[in-house]
Amino acid sequence: MGYYRAIQKEGCLIVPFLHVDNITKDFGGLVANNHITFSIEEGEIVGLIGPNGAGKTTLFNCIVGYHKPDSGNVIFNGRDITGLKPHETNRAGIGRTFQIMKVTSGMTVLENVMVGAFCRVDKREEARKEAVAVLEFMGIENIKDFHMNELPVATQRKVGLARALATKPVLLMLDEVASGLNPKEIEEIVELVRVINTEKKITLFIIEHIMEMVMKVSQRIIVLDYGEKIAEGSPNDIVKNENVIKAYLGEKYAQSL
Amino acid sequence: MLRVSEIEVRYSGIPVIHNVSLEVNRGELVTVVGSNGAGKSTLLKTIAGTLHPAKGTISFEGEEIHHLSTPDIVRKGITYVPESRSIFGPLSVEENLELGAFIIKDERVIKTNLEFVFTLFPRLAERRKQAGGTLSGGEQQMLAIGRGLMSTPKLLMLDEPSLGLMPKLVDEMLSAVAQLRTMGKTILLVEQNVRESLELADRGYVLQTGRTIDHGTGKELLNKDIIRKAFLGL
Repeated sequence: MGYYRAIQKEGCLIVPFLHVDNITKDFGGLVANNHITFSIEEGEIVGLIGPNGAGKTTLFNCIVGYHKPDSGNVIFNGRDITGLKPHETNRAGIGRTFQIMKVTSGMTVLENVMVGAFCRVDKREEARKEAVAVLEFMGIENIKDFHMNELPVATQRKVGLARALATKPVLLMLDEVASGLNPKEIEEIVELVRVINTEKKITLFIIEHIMEMVMKVSQRIIVLDYGEKIAEGSPNDIVKNENVIKAYLGEKYAQSL
Repeated sequence: MLRVSEIEVRYSGIPVIHNVSLEVNRGELVTVVGSNGAGKSTLLKTIAGTLHPAKGTISFEGEEIHHLSTPDIVRKGITYVPESRSIFGPLSVEENLELGAFIIKDERVIKTNLEFVFTLFPRLAERRKQAGGTLSGGEQQMLAIGRGLMSTPKLLMLDEPSLGLMPKLVDEMLSAVAQLRTMGKTILLVEQNVRESLELADRGYVLQTGRTIDHGTGKELLNKDIIRKAFLGL
């Protein structure tokens, strides 16, 4: 059982908040995730980077149950959640956003966020109240009556984030929320992520290509390449790592430091 | 070469672009910067003819084009590479590229253009038989730009070519854009990498809530307070 393995690894008493143990996911010969193991502690902000096609989103999908890993286990809050359905992992406390927004364009922003709130409440009025509170927290209550297809993609991603927050997660996984933002807007989302972490006490796991975001907010960074974990460490160590520069950052970025 | 004069564009009756004017001269790389929702993509779509202005005119090589359909505008020599890439997933890389040359009847020209694209993006040559949908994000972006080049455009419009790419590929993509400019292509570029695109561009326009609030050479704009505060966060 993955659960016991996790305990042994961490030395009897401490069970990591999230422990991904030896996950492998094979898409008909293409190994998207190859024996990946890592842990995230409660309260941390951890970044996940790697080349396009390295298996980052697949890893997210294996954790939340969009994919069932071929082998390995996912332990969350002391419970083996491997193979649970997305709505079950969501109820267990994992929220996530999507790189390509899964929004219902026929619905307004408010209704989209209410869908998230229904994870915890049954009554329409309560869901509405919760959704409005989240939109206010994010400072986007002014767009609540817009239809999704009327909004720029980057704003749609913000709504995706609001919807994930409305499910009241304790672990929030963000898939490229800073993509398509200009440097000023990136600063704003960096601030938002920090507030989510410190005020709402939410642990964050973040896929991001925008270095101004991921290097700034993460305490620790995990790097994937060709489905394998090639590095893990502090942002400072990661930007100096030869393999990471070669596979991902590029010489120009390394020189600009 | 391209002259956009005082256009207004509306979505369901509501103006999203007010009175925007812009010019692109032959051989220039011109960039449009602005926040999300400022109207950058709307501007490109209007030039490409997928939207039509409610007021104002757009002319290309001295001829008004704003009433034309997108296919006719492509025939005039303008291609638009959308932010969404819109790759034909089940078709191979080569087939995707060939579709970009739909308006060209001369097989030899198509072949030359194909070789040109493969020289610019060798990765596409390696994957010519692979289905477009199975390419990584960066490769799909190369394919979208390559397809845009297949009709031998006089003006190439790129909507956020670096979107969603890893740092190394952002550099490669912007170098490819610079290379195209050196080869004499005229380019209208929308980018969120504000600094890099202004460094690259001959001239730039700043769009804010559907209005042009400033324009100048790339270097001039980079040193302006409004750019530094509003977009670079300095």
